[in-house]
Amino acid sequence: MSQDSSGPAILVEGLTKAFGEVHALRGIDLAVPRGTVLGVLGPNGAGKTTAVRILTTLLRPDKGRAVVEGRDVVREAAAVRRLIGLSGQSAAIQEELTGRENLEIVGRLFHLSRAEARRRAVELLAQFDLTDAAGRAAKNFSGGMQRRLDLAASLVGRPKVLFLDEPTTGLDPRSRLGMWDIIRSLVADGTTTLLTTQYLDEADELADEIVVIDHGLVIAAGTAEELKSRVGGDVLEFTVPDRSRISDAVAAVASVGEGEPHADKETGVVNVGVGGRGSDALIEAVRALDEVGVRTQGLALRRPSLDDVFLALTGHAAEDEKALANGRRGRKRASKDTVKDAS
Amino acid sequence: MTAAIALRNATPDDPGLVVRSRWAITDTLTITRRNLLVWTRVPAYLVFTVIQPVMFVLMFRYVFGGAIHVSGNRPYVDFLMPGILGQTAAFATFGTAIALAQELKKGVIDRLRSMPMARSAVLAGRLVADTGRMLVTVLIVVGVGYAVGFRFTNGAGPAVLMIVLAMVFGLSICLIAAFTGLAIGDEESVQAFGLIWLFPVTFLSSAFVPISSMPGWLQAFANNQPVTYVINTMRALAIGGPIEANLWKSVAWLAGIFIVFGPLAVRAYKRAS
Repeated sequence: MSQDSSGPAILVEGLTKAFGEVHALRGIDLAVPRGTVLGVLGPNGAGKTTAVRILTTLLRPDKGRAVVEGRDVVREAAAVRRLIGLSGQSAAIQEELTGRENLEIVGRLFHLSRAEARRRAVELLAQFDLTDAAGRAAKNFSGGMQRRLDLAASLVGRPKVLFLDEPTTGLDPRSRLGMWDIIRSLVADGTTTLLTTQYLDEADELADEIVVIDHGLVIAAGTAEELKSRVGGDVLEFTVPDRSRISDAVAAVASVGEGEPHADKETGVVNVGVGGRGSDALIEAVRALDEVGVRTQGLALRRPSLDDVFLALTGHAAEDEKALANGRRGRKRASKDTVKDAS
Repeated sequence: MTAAIALRNATPDDPGLVVRSRWAITDTLTITRRNLLVWTRVPAYLVFTVIQPVMFVLMFRYVFGGAIHVSGNRPYVDFLMPGILGQTAAFATFGTAIALAQELKKGVIDRLRSMPMARSAVLAGRLVADTGRMLVTVLIVVGVGYAVGFRFTNGAGPAVLMIVLAMVFGLSICLIAAFTGLAIGDEESVQAFGLIWLFPVTFLSSAFVPISSMPGWLQAFANNQPVTYVINTMRALAIGGPIEANLWKSVAWLAGIFIVFGPLAVRAYKRAS
């Protein structure tokens, strides 16, 4: 249907957007090949939603270019809207109406005939396990069901490219896992998907490629494995029960690791990337900690998580950034500062 | 590249003006139907839009009415009803502002704007549905008025014109409400803001009492504000009396509101985020 079947489904070049003094995007490049899932990972306020809003024609960029299925999101916005589906951070459904009515109305607005709209609604309700609730007002749905209905609404027009802006934010863990299954099955059908999330495990689970965004810039890109290798191999991690000895512990293991150790003052968890030195590093660390007389718990080597990646890339944990972005960094948060300087 | 362009011409990418115009109408009707459906599903909306004006009728007719003296030999209820109907139309627009603010906050408007539907339909469908809702309310209040003694004494034609004027007046307030709803974007603030300006402009007018009973400084305001012009025109249409001066002032004011707030509401919708 679309021309230019060779290029990526989504192409973004040098995208910038400022709201007054706030520079939400400061020059972002993205390329999402057809049929793949790009995970856009970043804390609150990193610019994820701004990027999605530009790509879904809701916002005009200040500079740069964004193309969806070969169509420019500014100059060919109407064409782009026929090719995309958007499911936002909150369930954008009419709560007073039933599940079926919600989907039928969306179908009508996609200019399906009355019969087609009804057929599509029934089909999607079945696909999203909402058939039993189809005749109930959406306000009586659980949070997970509302999100599923919202996602179903974004699929009425059979989009080629799907934008999911934090699809599981605010869901309980079980609904979240259910949502992951649904997203996986959509992706298996070959729908190109751009998914934003602040959950590192979510990007790891669902995305083929991940870009990490911080302060409106792409600070890293690659597969989950590639990003993990950026941390420098394995991570040595242990807990210091006596919080007053944390800085001693950090000093002790500083020479063991390849990078600087990070410590969480609140939980007493210390970790340090040790590259490929694995068990040697483990033994050295035990000796060093023993020498300074610091007791530890759960000393172990593990494969790096995306949390470690974020820490390695930005020098702070994703959660800390969130508090910063919200401008209400309380005492509790402040005390959770990562210790970068060992001494 | 050539192939790409050729293919693009082959796809019905730009549906053309005729199709787009048809979509603008069908999309507006779809949104209208949706809004009316929502209205019937929420008992509170019905209660507030119908019960509240009915209570006003009963209260002013039986509680305050005895203490209010109007000139001429007319019963107070004949003076009151055009005022209540004007206020009913104006107050019906609370729903407009609140609904748009809610849809904005919940992301419904984002979802609709990301779809290939006519962009004008969300606002147009809202206004059509709310005008329909307003008409139902006004007719119910007329019925209640008849039950408590009100009569159109100036003939059927002027009576219909009075209801049309009430609708046009309500629609003009609807545009202001749509603008504030989209610009403020928070339902509670929108509601508070609506009260702050709608209560004074409707009560500090000729709607409920003769302006001559107000203190002089207040008369200066009440005599020269659009709600008074509109209500006086409606009253003249309903029960007779001089009309020309009030009619053209009403038309001028209403045209002014449409010209200013129509584009403002559209702009607020386009910028809504």
